[in-house]
Amino acid sequence: MVNGQQVTVRVHTMERLLDMLRHELGLTGAKEGCGEGECGSCSVLMDGVLVNSCLIPVIQAKGTDIVTIEGLSSDKQLAKLQQAFLDCGGAQCGICTPGMILAVHHLLRKRPQPTLEEIREGLSGNLCRCTGYMQIFDAVMQAAERGAVT
Amino acid sequence: MKSENIVGASVPRMEGRGKVTGQAKYVDDMALPDMLHGATVRSRIPRGKIKKIAFRPEINWQEFVIVSAKDIPGKNCIALIEEDQPCLADGMVNHPEEPILLLAHADRHILAKAVEAVSIEYESLPAIFTMEESEKQSEIIWGRDYIFKTYLIEKGNVDAVWEKAEYIVEGEYTTGAQEQLYIENNGMIAAFDSERGLTVWGSLQCPYYVHKALMKLCGLPAERVRVVQMETGGAFGGKEEYPSMIAAHAALLAIKSGKPVKIIYDRMEDMAATTKRHPSRTRHRTAVSGDGKILGGEIDFTIDGGAYETLSPVVLSRGAIHAGGPYYWPSVRIRAKAVATNAPPHGAFRGFGAPQSLFALERHMDRIAQAVHLSPVEIRRRNFLQTGQTTTTGQTVSEPIDLGKLLDRALELSDYAVKREKFAKQNRHGDKKKGIGIAAFLHGAGFTGSGERYLSSVVGVEACRDGSVRVLVSSTEFGQGTKTVLCQIAAEALGLRYEDVGIAQADTQEVPNSGPTVASRTVMVVGKLVESAARGIRQTLSASSMLADSYSPEEFRTACRTYVAKHGEFRSFVRYEQPEGVIWDEEKYRGAAYAAYAWAVYVAEVSVDPTSYNVSVDDFVALQEVGKVLNPVLARGQIIGGVAQAIGFALYEKVIWEKGRMQNGQMTNYIMPTSADLPPIRVYFEELGNAHGAFGAKGIGELPMDGPAPAIVNAVQDALAVPFDSIPLLPEDIFDALIGNAAQQSQPPSARGHR
Amino acid sequence: MRAHPADYELVAPGTLSAVLSLLAREPGAWLPIAGGTDLMVQYSAGNLSARNLVSIWNLPDLRRIEVFPGEIHIGAGCTYTDLREHEIVNREFKLLSTVASWTGGIANQNRGTLGGNIVNASPAADSLPALMVYEAELILVSTRGEHRVPYGGFHVGYRKTRLQPDELIRAVCLPRRFSSYHAHARKVGARNAQAIAKVCLAALGRLADGVIEDIRLAMGSVAPVPLRLKDTERTVRGKRIDPPLVELARKTAAAEIRPIDDMRSTARYRAAVAGNLVAEFLEQLRAAGTKT
Repeated sequence: MVNGQQVTVRVHTMERLLDMLRHELGLTGAKEGCGEGECGSCSVLMDGVLVNSCLIPVIQAKGTDIVTIEGLSSDKQLAKLQQAFLDCGGAQCGICTPGMILAVHHLLRKRPQPTLEEIREGLSGNLCRCTGYMQIFDAVMQAAERGAVT
Repeated sequence: MKSENIVGASVPRMEGRGKVTGQAKYVDDMALPDMLHGATVRSRIPRGKIKKIAFRPEINWQEFVIVSAKDIPGKNCIALIEEDQPCLADGMVNHPEEPILLLAHADRHILAKAVEAVSIEYESLPAIFTMEESEKQSEIIWGRDYIFKTYLIEKGNVDAVWEKAEYIVEGEYTTGAQEQLYIENNGMIAAFDSERGLTVWGSLQCPYYVHKALMKLCGLPAERVRVVQMETGGAFGGKEEYPSMIAAHAALLAIKSGKPVKIIYDRMEDMAATTKRHPSRTRHRTAVSGDGKILGGEIDFTIDGGAYETLSPVVLSRGAIHAGGPYYWPSVRIRAKAVATNAPPHGAFRGFGAPQSLFALERHMDRIAQAVHLSPVEIRRRNFLQTGQTTTTGQTVSEPIDLGKLLDRALELSDYAVKREKFAKQNRHGDKKKGIGIAAFLHGAGFTGSGERYLSSVVGVEACRDGSVRVLVSSTEFGQGTKTVLCQIAAEALGLRYEDVGIAQADTQEVPNSGPTVASRTVMVVGKLVESAARGIRQTLSASSMLADSYSPEEFRTACRTYVAKHGEFRSFVRYEQPEGVIWDEEKYRGAAYAAYAWAVYVAEVSVDPTSYNVSVDDFVALQEVGKVLNPVLARGQIIGGVAQAIGFALYEKVIWEKGRMQNGQMTNYIMPTSADLPPIRVYFEELGNAHGAFGAKGIGELPMDGPAPAIVNAVQDALAVPFDSIPLLPEDIFDALIGNAAQQSQPPSARGHR
Repeated sequence: MRAHPADYELVAPGTLSAVLSLLAREPGAWLPIAGGTDLMVQYSAGNLSARNLVSIWNLPDLRRIEVFPGEIHIGAGCTYTDLREHEIVNREFKLLSTVASWTGGIANQNRGTLGGNIVNASPAADSLPALMVYEAELILVSTRGEHRVPYGGFHVGYRKTRLQPDELIRAVCLPRRFSSYHAHARKVGARNAQAIAKVCLAALGRLADGVIEDIRLAMGSVAPVPLRLKDTERTVRGKRIDPPLVELARKTAAAEIRPIDDMRSTARYRAAVAGNLVAEFLEQLRAAGTKT
């Protein structure tokens, strides 16, 4: 399932999940920044767990529930998370933003009121070259305050 | 008129919604029907002649489009300042990764194999890899000598200062290459048909640079080349000149194949083949009086330009002009040169020469302080430029900037005095050494000297059918807030609401040439033109008696709708004019180098781990005078982001070179700071206004890159009482210096390697 | 992305026994892939020479943690996150949950597995020194049955282990006798997160009357294999911790290891830092000892 819809695709078994999402399903929110699982811009949720889709062969995602940034937009509560990013300047060029928002979503699910240390750690796998992270931390704290993810 | 100010408010990012929902379209998110994918076959040697190109039989080459230099319709060059850089190597290669052939195929997976299946035989020639080797001139690899450009800046009478000096302080400072590391790799899509001509879409900063380069390469007139900027995932200068190259490649494949072609680099290719910050070496020799005043000095500033000229003369210029920093030099001689080496050409990166020369200067100021027995604070205070004094190029500081007060405020915000004393005490018995360091600096915004006049930027504002207005500029958004701030300016200038203003996509078919999005000029220079162009709309409406002198936004929209319904959409254009009093002598390199300077004092607090020798920045104060803050959230974001990149420049980001090729071209081993590595970066602004900038703003995009590295290294010296004059400063370097300095420490026996 | 997916085949039989049958039928022909955090990086870079892979990701038989009175068995398919979240691992094997938090970012911790870390056998692997000091044993399984081997000695050379072509690691067994030890792990890398270790230390120690009763030291990135510092342990065991002993331990450790110069660091730095890490641990042990 991808974003709540059953999906069937015909691809090679070693096709990367990232490529399947982007090319077969047209879900271009997940990005390829490095191809080695370092930058996190390809992050998606697989059965609720944050993963780097550039490192997942599609066959290992079979039967799982994938949520991409496009899937978050329909969820009413997450509009608060995205709004927090807008209010606090958490997105500049935007390329890391989909992965970053999913990482924040994942963090807030586990830790609804994270400390700054927990935020730093939770986002350490998502590289941002524009913001220097601080306004992203602001966005996380604002989202937490407003109960953006429960 | 409405009561709130839009300029000065943190209005939401104009294109932000798309970015947080994943709807924003970057070049790799776009596909065209029948599109092919393109790839580049690159040189594996640093310098030599191409003897033979063979296509191995395991690939079915019939399926491929293959382009070489002989397919180039116009001139085989990437036109920039000079035309020395080929688009495709033709017989001779001058750096590793130099493009030789282009391949296209419908299946992007097959391309990587095809690239590997091209065998190229070379006759290697001797190659040059360092500035010092280049200076030896044993092998001339570019032009008649090894030099792309030189500048000489002279003021006063430097030869007379040495005998009067109580102290003569010398130092040599070096900075390494730095990769811009935008998270979105370079990419382009090109399409060509004989009717419409050539169109390219891509990740880029300067649509008209690409436009000019494609015209020359393809032999096409201006109206048959169209360049469209897609959402761009970070640039920092790394997409100022390089996009012309990748656009040229995509264009050639599109022209030859008759189909659209997409070229997207992966991280390894982007790191190895595209531009980096120029490595630098600065030598200072300074004459100082008994009471710590700079009498004069000689500054020798050299940058490594890589194999072709590209933008090196301009980087050199900015670095040379900033080499004297925010201080008064009664006499100075600055000799600057850019030299050739056999590496991929180095290029624009935020700061553009100033981070290099200012690192040297601010380290040197601490060295001077030590030599003359003054504190780092006092040496700066005694030498700061005062209003009415002249810079190294003889430009009079006319604004009421009080650098002494700025310094005081930074010291207070960082608790400098208390901490410095506390750390000095602690360091005597503690293992974990702590230190605190300062950097004071300036950054000139806009193009140097007569550069803005040469650019002759044009800006438009359009009155739209629905009563809104639309800004028309070639200035691009890549995270810094271009779209947002230019719309704020237009709204403010017209007395409208933020939602009454829009901005066109940067498409050369739609927008005039407002100059490149570089040099921290967009808000200041282009913004000021937006202001004027917007007022032109209002004048037109007033002149037709559709708009009273005082009006509400709704009344404006009604007037605008009415006018457009009657006369059609109309546009107001304005062209840049050099302000009076900004006079620059290009020959002598003297005069008003920049229309405005932002000023700053940064303070870094560090600790050095006794076990690992890692430096951690524990607190950082960034205080700057910026004219006027037009959008507080965006401005703060720019400063924090720039400081973060500069912390990388200082402590983490090392390019490891092997015969001109970057060896650590992956995110795993080119180290940029993660969220776990940066301190809280505290940002403070002061506002003196600026007659030459929109609503008083000065450019700030590059300023934060100049100060952190020297502030941090000054802090490390404060902590360890050992000077470091080279960045990046890695734990291994600190260890080597400490061991070198400790007379009695016995070293562990050397270990043999296994590989 | 420099590999062509069409050149590869990945099968996912779905059960441990089906995977083992495949490995037995064609030993060496199918490369097991678990979380993919190492293999997929090689694949994307065009450096994965194996063409046929078999998925062992999320197999129930490999991904459970069994708690027995005297030991725990950690399934080789457990992810770093599984380790970080397990109560007994956190309580009694703190080093393991600590090193699990070092590896990559959260997304990679959710996929990387303990078994994968062992079999990939990088000398820089974060979790391996911890397994060494905990006296781990491995349960290896194939269609021929199961057998148990000590982890020390499992690595025979650079990226080489004793694993047979038809075998998988089923579980890592850790004896539950280290709760009373002082445990310390530290990794030195280029940055605070997502860094490959330049040197890392896992250490356990116990003092009795101020004397070192037992001590275990293991390091990564200082030799072609994860290294147990037996010489250094022998040098300090039974002694009282004082400045001369700490110096001796520092020198012995620096001499015992075989670090190299590589892209990430220098041999001399690694040697010095390794010595520092050992010294730091001994200081901590002494301070912890004086508290009780």
